[in-house]
Amino acid sequence: MHVSITVNGVAREAEVEPRTLLVDLIRDGFGLTGTKIACDTSQCGSCTVHLDGQAVKSCTVLAVQADGADVTTIEGLAADGDLHAVQEAFHEQHGLQCGFCTPGMVMATVALLERSPDPSDEEIRHELEGNLCRCTGYENVVRAVRQAAGAGR
Amino acid sequence: MTTVEQPAGLVGEPVRRVEDARLLTGQAKYLADLTLPGMAHVAILRSPYAHARIRSIDTTKAAAHPGVVAVFTGKDFEHLPALPCAWQAGGVENFVNTPRALEIDRVTFTGAGIAAVVAESSYAAEDALELIEVDWEPLDVIVDAEQAAAEGALQLHENAPGNIVMDWSCGDAEATDQALSEAHVVVKERLVNQRLIPTPMEGRGAAAEYEPSTGRYTVWMSSQDPHIMRLLMTAFVFGIDETKMRCIALHVGGGFGTKIFLYPEYVLVAALAEKVGRPVKWVETRRENYVATTHGRDHVTYLEVGAKRDGTITAFKAKTYANLGGVLSTIAPGIPTTLYGRMLSGAYRIPNIHCQVLGVYTNTGMVDAYRGAGRPEATYAVERAVDLVARELELDPVEVRRKNFVPPDAFPYDPGILNGLEYDTGDYGKALDRALEIVGYEDFRREQAETRRQGRHRGIGFSTYVEICGAAPSAWIGTVGEGWGASMWESANVRVHLTGKAVVTIGTQPQGQGHETTTAQIVASELGIPIEDVTVELGDTQGAPFGYGTYASRSAAVGAVAVYNSLQRIKQKARRIAAHMLEADVEDVEFEGGRAFVKGSPETGKTIQEIAGAAALAYDLPEGEEPFLDDTTYYDPPNCTFPFGTHVAVVEVDQETGQVTLERYVAVDDVGRVINPMIVDGQVHGGIAQGVAQALWEGAVYDDEGQLTTSSLLDYAVPKAEFLPPLEVERTETPTDVNPLGVKGAGETGTIASTPAVVNAVVDALAPLGIRHLDMPLTPERVWRAMREAGG
Repeated sequence: MHVSITVNGVAREAEVEPRTLLVDLIRDGFGLTGTKIACDTSQCGSCTVHLDGQAVKSCTVLAVQADGADVTTIEGLAADGDLHAVQEAFHEQHGLQCGFCTPGMVMATVALLERSPDPSDEEIRHELEGNLCRCTGYENVVRAVRQAAGAGR
Repeated sequence: MTTVEQPAGLVGEPVRRVEDARLLTGQAKYLADLTLPGMAHVAILRSPYAHARIRSIDTTKAAAHPGVVAVFTGKDFEHLPALPCAWQAGGVENFVNTPRALEIDRVTFTGAGIAAVVAESSYAAEDALELIEVDWEPLDVIVDAEQAAAEGALQLHENAPGNIVMDWSCGDAEATDQALSEAHVVVKERLVNQRLIPTPMEGRGAAAEYEPSTGRYTVWMSSQDPHIMRLLMTAFVFGIDETKMRCIALHVGGGFGTKIFLYPEYVLVAALAEKVGRPVKWVETRRENYVATTHGRDHVTYLEVGAKRDGTITAFKAKTYANLGGVLSTIAPGIPTTLYGRMLSGAYRIPNIHCQVLGVYTNTGMVDAYRGAGRPEATYAVERAVDLVARELELDPVEVRRKNFVPPDAFPYDPGILNGLEYDTGDYGKALDRALEIVGYEDFRREQAETRRQGRHRGIGFSTYVEICGAAPSAWIGTVGEGWGASMWESANVRVHLTGKAVVTIGTQPQGQGHETTTAQIVASELGIPIEDVTVELGDTQGAPFGYGTYASRSAAVGAVAVYNSLQRIKQKARRIAAHMLEADVEDVEFEGGRAFVKGSPETGKTIQEIAGAAALAYDLPEGEEPFLDDTTYYDPPNCTFPFGTHVAVVEVDQETGQVTLERYVAVDDVGRVINPMIVDGQVHGGIAQGVAQALWEGAVYDDEGQLTTSSLLDYAVPKAEFLPPLEVERTETPTDVNPLGVKGAGETGTIASTPAVVNAVVDALAPLGIRHLDMPLTPERVWRAMREAGG
């Protein structure tokens, strides 16, 4: 099946099977390997991208469902070499260690702060329940989100 | 304790990580992101049975599936021996059974690989797996270690009578029994340290290519120790020179021990690349990660602890069944022996200790090192024991700890069971005092009494741990001592190029610990060059001469010391060259702040960049001096290091639901000198989350048929952000005298310390109900049932 998807502002075309997952199209079809796969069951959130402005787990979206859509991946977040405020905050607060959950965590955080620009710590922890991290104990992730929220005000 | 000269400058500062930019922007390449020209994809058929004979395998339909390149079974790799068990329990016979690249006629755990499909895409490879027809003969199954070790149990391996891998012990059995018979009180308990699934966010994976003209393999792996992978594969599996294989680790997305080991799939992928004549890649799914990657812990321990009425512990006896799975992983027997039994003195002066460990085969997945590896199990046994003694004697658990601590003036301290090593340095009371202050212990006890009158169950729990890091002196840990079949030193190369830019090559292999940053901090501090001028290379057997890798919190205490020692020699050479340039005696030249100068006149010196340039050009060097600033160190530590500290958990247990709420968590760790406090804090945070998770949520469960019922993230409770409170982390700093950096290692303290602190807190909360022990994980159901049975 043919799909046309705008990825990080660039129009892309691809032939996919009906069963092809969006995450596989992004990674294998478009070569954008920043988006990660870390579970089989939509628990971990490592594959989070923005689909028409909403954070989605791209392992749970078929590529054909994204036909005509606008997708932003982690590679599309930094503008002209400058880190996005959320990326900057994760760096400042040491909100990442091995980095594998990080693209998804960052994409989820960007969407969270668009929905709720000034979340409480409890809200941050609750809102990020779909993104697992095994390295940080979330302590510095929460601090990073808080810093990014402050930067956005 | 000898005085240690502290490096100046950037060491000790919370320098932001140089790794972050590529990780945050999606540019970092992990194994799954690797594409090789002409690469095919591998999928592995795994046993659905925990114990079964393979009568036959028919791959005809699978091989005919569109997109399939070839299908292989174990018989295709009969020529390759079973994998090595590189760390066997020291001083005793080990009855070894290890996995093969693909099993041939029998499997002993659910998830063992028996066939492999190579296909043009991972989708086609997965499809074809379903077309492989296997004629299975299911056999009886045993999953419980105590039952497997009992008389008359089903026998899993012909060469392992009684399903025993090894029967190892340390300490003095007779003296311990004597001391127990003379003790005023003896407490006994059966402790279950449940099996855990480490769950790094990135699973395992491997890719390989083979060059027929040279017979040379290149293998990419998600690994904590590429040099060991090459050593084990070439020497013990393929039977080729180590020069015929190159192993490369790309970015590693967490390991926590699981990526130390040589796995069947890594051998398989290398062999497949040769068979199909093109590069291949295998990336495991999360379910594969759960059934086929190693698990951790899984001990049942029978404790007997003797004490005097005043709380002085006089005897500690442990008998432990360590479930090691259906076959042995690479270092499985070493973990519950050297890293567990030898640490059972904890932070205490205990005159009589004996520990017997039975390693046991069962029809479960392989068990090996998981973050902390043996020390969490030891700390759990010791710290629960101290609380049980305090409870029996109606003493404050804090005071019982203090009474038994190894005092600061007793270091170096020989606990008598460390086979010749000694605890290096320590001030256990200092960390405890600070933790008590932060948590407000006396106030908490007053509040607790008040809330108890209201019918609430609040509790506080302590863990005043010590652990062993920085593995290890080669002669101690090696075959003649603790059974590890190689060495444990580390190498590093430092070179300063023409422009004064430094390149450091190290043999340790991070999985998120930020080695590039901390190594650069040491270089910047020693050479006085900007941190941006330092490049750190790692993860490649063509890089550092050799490296034993990253685990056992050894990268700073061993690997960074190798870097530091090379930097000292580089500075010596820089001084000699500068003296020549300045026409001065080398004895009169100092090197400091990136400059070499004649003592007393720092304004007339030469910068490291000028010296590096002169050394590289070599137009005018002192007589006999070789060009270039370059040095390689092989550093074999004289001792391990022994971090310590106090962790405190404050909990409330809900009367109606049994739900445990972690109200506060305080950690005061002492990991010696700290290179980067931000990174150490991060290590402690993550470790605490994993250790707390063992206490409250996580547990691998096998049913009686040997099926892993917790085989996905749906069923296995890796903590989410909202499970945890803010973590209150502080430190004391007692440098080690083992190495010139004074560093002890910080990667595992959180996991080692936290589990018993939380369990002790929950048991403290429920003490008025008469509950003296609960086995983990302390899920609401388990706690609720215990409360109901206790009449609460």
